[in-house]
Amino acid sequence: MNALSISNLKKTYNNGFEALKGIDLEVKPGDFFALLGPNGAGKSTTIGIISSLVNQSSGSVSIFGHDLKTERSLAKSCLGLVPQEVNFNQFDTVKSIVFNQAGYYGTPRKLALQRTEHCLKQMDLWDKRDTISRRLSGGMKRRVMIARAMVHAPRLLILDEPTAGVDIEIRRSMWKMMEEVNQQGTTIILTTHYLEEAESLCRNIAIIDQGRIVENTDMASLLARLHVDHFVLDLAEPLAQAPVIAGYQIERIADKVLDVAVPKEIGLNYLFNQLSEKNIKVVSLKNKSNRLEQLFMSLIDTKSAGNK
Amino acid sequence: MNYSIAFRTIVTKEIFRFVRIWPQTLLPPAITTALYFLIFGKLIGGRIGEINGATYMDYIVPGIILMSVISHSYANVVSSFYSTKFQRNIEELLVAPVPNWVILSGYVSGGIIRGLLVGTVVASISLLFSDIEVKNPYVALSIMILTATLFSLAGFINAVLAESFDDISIIPNFILTPLSYLGGVFYSVKMLPDIWQSISLGNPILYMINAFRYGLIGVTDVDIQLAFIMTIVFILVLTLLSLFLLYKGIGIKN
Repeated sequence: MNALSISNLKKTYNNGFEALKGIDLEVKPGDFFALLGPNGAGKSTTIGIISSLVNQSSGSVSIFGHDLKTERSLAKSCLGLVPQEVNFNQFDTVKSIVFNQAGYYGTPRKLALQRTEHCLKQMDLWDKRDTISRRLSGGMKRRVMIARAMVHAPRLLILDEPTAGVDIEIRRSMWKMMEEVNQQGTTIILTTHYLEEAESLCRNIAIIDQGRIVENTDMASLLARLHVDHFVLDLAEPLAQAPVIAGYQIERIADKVLDVAVPKEIGLNYLFNQLSEKNIKVVSLKNKSNRLEQLFMSLIDTKSAGNK
Repeated sequence: MNYSIAFRTIVTKEIFRFVRIWPQTLLPPAITTALYFLIFGKLIGGRIGEINGATYMDYIVPGIILMSVISHSYANVVSSFYSTKFQRNIEELLVAPVPNWVILSGYVSGGIIRGLLVGTVVASISLLFSDIEVKNPYVALSIMILTATLFSLAGFINAVLAESFDDISIIPNFILTPLSYLGGVFYSVKMLPDIWQSISLGNPILYMINAFRYGLIGVTDVDIQLAFIMTIVFILVLTLLSLFLLYKGIGIKN
């Protein structure tokens, strides 16, 4: 049984805009799944339909085998949603936001209090439990939404751009938290504009563009399609201009920093040999971590060109 | 799925909301109606004499109580549900396995409770000015609950359809208040010329106020049975309309 099965899902808005043109998607239980796409591609509409915030035009959605139309309550009880924008009552306390959500899911009071405490502690918000939510920082508000989504122990958690607009430190701590939640058995679907985030967290990926799924595979297979890796080299001595080495595209991005595009069929050994011959000493090397971005752009560009 | 917990959660949240802001929700009706009783009942009413065998003070007490019930049950639901829409925390309910009838009954119950609470506050204030002996308590209580239910439902529909804060003040200011004042709060429709009597009989609030007045002091201008039937029919119609709006997601879903 899949955590999520979507079949031929279509959505046309009242203004005639066709947001989804018949998408099919399956997410396995326990997966950490990335749903990516440019703005307006149909990600939010898809998530809106899964979470009952948007009415579908046709097609079917089932969550852990429960059809969203015929077994609505059961399907909904398996799902937790962390939306893109803050959507809790800004005048409520942190604790009441999370506690009330447990009540909406029919959780008895005693258990709801226990789960509220657990989730707030997990999100490092227990000290803020009696704070009026509008007084929280942006990162804390996002964590409140995650605690709220987790309070009924959902089997499928959808995180719609959870780290948008938060600083690096909070983003890293949220990644850690998401990994922990996934390791505890919760299936996670993540949408994000930070492709580095999807690359480091997710095992499987679907890319949606113009209302259609243009790619649906595992992350490793997708990244293996890359023919070129980008590396940043830190040099011991400054260079006036980038060296020229056949087969590589080298760009000088600072006095002592080079950006090198390395074709996979040539590899790194030849590059280092050539640099040594030119008396260029490399102090350190790092992957540029934009591999998924390159693939993403090439997939979107290819499909867009094909649709024209 | 235990829907009673979801229902209790919504109702408790609603009660906490209006109790937390009691200077805006419970205090103003106490002050306003005290002034009504003092000015219209005591100062002016003393010179008016009796209406249908009741002193003017006794005559206006039921109408003022019910007018407060109407405006506050309506205001509670319209402001609370529209704020929920505006801040998008309605999504908390839409995502959860809460059926539409639970959402509706939860918010309407909040409106009824506030309406009855304000009604009790105003009735308590009226005891300072009047010594009414309740003639038909069951009639009075049942029409008060039905009226609070009806206007809570109306407030809910207004909130669902509203697209701005202006939209939630238009109906209370331009429809509800005039209909309440023209519903025989301060006078008997029998005092009006024939044409205005006929027009007044098209005002549903007139029936509720008179039924409540009958419950409290045993005086009415209209048929009590008709008042109950009319109120119940309106409640059924507005309930069905509210559930239809929720089912279609009008005003709350894309």
